[in-house]
Amino acid sequence: MPTFVYMTRCDGCGHCVDICPSDIMHIDKVTRRAYNIEPNMCWECYSCVKACPHQAIDVRGYADFAPLGHSVRVIRDEEKGVIAWRIKFRNGKKDLNLLAPITTKPWGKAIPQLADASSPSQEMRDSQLLFNEPKYIRLDDGDLHTLESNGLEMKEGVYY
Amino acid sequence: MAYKTIVEDNIDILVAGAGLGGTGAAFEARFWGKDKKIVIAEKANIDRSGAVAQGLYAINCYMGTRFGENNPEDHVRYARIDLMGMVREDLLFDMARHVDSAVHQFEEWGLPLMRNPQTGAYQREGRWQIMIHGESYKPIVAEAAKKSADKVFNRICVTHLLMDEAKEDRVAGAVGFNVRTGDYHVFKSKTVIVGAGGASNIFKPRSVGEGAGRVWYAPWSSGSAYGLMIGAGAKMTQMENRIVLARFKDGYGPVGAYFLHLKTYTQNGVGEEYESKWFPELQEMVGKEYLDVEASHATHRPIPTCLRNHAFIQEVNAGRGPIHMVTMEAFQDPHLEEIGWHNFLGMTVGQAVLWAATDVDPKYENPELTTSEPYVMGSHATGCGAWCSGPEDVSPPEYFWGYNRMTTVEGLFGAGDAVGGTPHAFSSGSFTEGRLAAKAACRYIDDGKAEGIRVSDEQINRRKKEVFKPMEHYKTYRNEITAGSVNPNYINPRQGLDRLQKLMDEYCGGVTVNYMTNEKLLHIGLKKLKTMEEDLEKIAAEDIHELLRAWELKHRHLTSEAVMQHTLFRKETRWPGYYYRGDAMKLDDQNWHVLTVSRRDPETGDYTMEKAPCYHLVGENE
Ligand SMILES: Cc1cc2nc3c(=O)[nH]c(=O)nc-3n(C[C@H](O)[C@H](O)[C@H](O)COP(=O)(O)OP(=O)(O)OC[C@H]3O[C@@H](n4cnc5c(N)ncnc54)[C@H](O)[C@@H]3O)c2cc1C
Ligand code: SF4
Ligand code: SF4
Repeated sequence: MPTFVYMTRCDGCGHCVDICPSDIMHIDKVTRRAYNIEPNMCWECYSCVKACPHQAIDVRGYADFAPLGHSVRVIRDEEKGVIAWRIKFRNGKKDLNLLAPITTKPWGKAIPQLADASSPSQEMRDSQLLFNEPKYIRLDDGDLHTLESNGLEMKEGVYY
Repeated sequence: MAYKTIVEDNIDILVAGAGLGGTGAAFEARFWGKDKKIVIAEKANIDRSGAVAQGLYAINCYMGTRFGENNPEDHVRYARIDLMGMVREDLLFDMARHVDSAVHQFEEWGLPLMRNPQTGAYQREGRWQIMIHGESYKPIVAEAAKKSADKVFNRICVTHLLMDEAKEDRVAGAVGFNVRTGDYHVFKSKTVIVGAGGASNIFKPRSVGEGAGRVWYAPWSSGSAYGLMIGAGAKMTQMENRIVLARFKDGYGPVGAYFLHLKTYTQNGVGEEYESKWFPELQEMVGKEYLDVEASHATHRPIPTCLRNHAFIQEVNAGRGPIHMVTMEAFQDPHLEEIGWHNFLGMTVGQAVLWAATDVDPKYENPELTTSEPYVMGSHATGCGAWCSGPEDVSPPEYFWGYNRMTTVEGLFGAGDAVGGTPHAFSSGSFTEGRLAAKAACRYIDDGKAEGIRVSDEQINRRKKEVFKPMEHYKTYRNEITAGSVNPNYINPRQGLDRLQKLMDEYCGGVTVNYMTNEKLLHIGLKKLKTMEEDLEKIAAEDIHELLRAWELKHRHLTSEAVMQHTLFRKETRWPGYYYRGDAMKLDDQNWHVLTVSRRDPETGDYTMEKAPCYHLVGENE
């Protein structure tokens, strides 16, 4: 099965259940631990793996094409803004450690609260501009493209 | 019924499905509608939902006007040629002129975009693609949406749109159920922006058994955007334009960064370049306008994606597979090797898992490629979706009915995969379309167009019964048999999905028939889809999770029917490599240089098909 849960590591906290986009991580009523109820609807997206505070979830490649004996593990750290991967080949010949940034700003803090932004003028409402345009577009002439500004016009439609 | 009904009233903007399109919509709506009530209803958890759940390693639509790289009309030209002439150029131009602003915002929010150390511009993967460390792309845009929305309802599967009873063809909200609690949710809303994504798993996938979830587009892309809009009677366009992708075999790892940035290339099983061999014959089929190899060399005009698929498929049929991606050269550079791996870890971990499991080290072995099963979506190199109004300053009259990205149902807007005729939007363009739709929805409300909406309890209760019917059906008939899943009175959602995939595959041009179909096959397919519709009335759900799968299947079914109808209507092979009409192999510009538009009558289920003009912005020779 694509994802599976190690019995001794899971405490049934439900983070994986909360995050799985496919709604397939569920808590077993008897053991009170999580498991994948529908492996053939799992995308190996690793959302649950990244969300588990105890690294209790692992992935085994799909039985229809992947042999046993490999591993791809991950730890994602929002505080530090990084994600770390470890890929181990089945034959043991490759063991890769890779690190990548996930954000350049303190998590979630750099996103504006649009409710606090000043109200758009009527002129802006009537124009084609979106929030903070043209600032964010930074066209050379500082304004939005129109057909006219680009010397274009819609050519005849073609009915047959 | 045991489940509670929870009503959320007086909503101004309901965002149904918050992937890249939906998050863009929710975010922007707050700016234009300071005092408006903005609500999100999302099937999964907004932090990791949709096609971008794993992340992305590239933003595939970025003009770079800031750096003098491209202008919007350049993108229109590119997308038009890639889609064999069939695009909504007004919508494309509109998306392209705004998309950079979305990308620059992402950077300000903390999304790590790579920069070219020499030029200071964003690191290009290709002319339109820039490279990012995008593992957290989705959580970042979700933060933006959450900051703007009044309420976010996670785990709500939206099943139907509510229709206004005071005015025909006007939307009035949506209903659905909570996949955790089972509660029935009613959202009464003046406008709805549908961002519920494209459709995977409509055609039989190449993977089987346990691996059936390893498809290229996420298994949770259930075609709900189409199912919801078709069910409400919105007109759809270009539904025949399904996409087939060339990908790394089995893992479906994307090839974009490999081709474009790592400069890898493909060869056949005996080590030859094969693509160009097929072009002369193909040129006869599609004409020089669409495949002009000399012009491509001279101007770097790309060969359309579907035509490159065609060469791939033909070469394999000729017995010269497998097709390999030549990685061994590029991967000798440790930096490029690392990028190659990061590319998968950032968006298709399954491919890394597969290589680790099968000891394929691309530094020493060239991995195999494959062509995928077809997908139905509107934001990649394909443009399925709703027939929407364009912006007032760009669109000709046939394309314009007042509000940008509004469908033919009043108050109902689309974004991302939901919008038809706008390929090559990808993640950034989908987000941008959401923003455009949100501004237009606010204006629609401010113009008083949503006054006097009426939804009766009768409509709400009727839908409730319908929503939970699969569970009732299960309860009624379960005990007629001893155990197991074989029951004469019902099928379960998995069985239904298998049936749908098999019949779409065999009759509508899936992998097992080499993407080939014809009029006769399509007629049989349509008939089978109709009988399947009857069985879907008898689908049984054992629990709420299966109820989710049942509704996903119903949305997939509606989507499939539209695909079948459109494929039947367009009597030509417009996109060889995506699918073939065996009875009309040639591209036929005389009769079919048009967009196809359909409407399914919500009462009778009957289809009406029409042609719409294909307007061009820029001349052929520019
Ligand atoms: C493997 C892969 C690689 C890709 N690579 C790139 C790339 O490198 N660069 C790039 O720019 N783009 C890339 N894309 C494309 C990009 O992800 C899509 O174009 C984009 O996400 C489409 O946005 P959307 O909002 O239409 O759909 P989605 O982002 O899929 O969002 C749909 C949302 O609707 C929700 N939903 C579905 N049904 C319902 C329902 N019934 N009720 C409520 N909610 C529902 C889903 O849960 C989801 O949140 C890639 C896609 C994939 C799968
Ligand atoms: S997140 Fe981890 S510990 Fe929590 S329920 Fe899931 S598997 Fe168990
Ligand atoms: S890998 Fe993704 S789809 Fe599979 S169980 Fe985990 S979260 Fe769900």
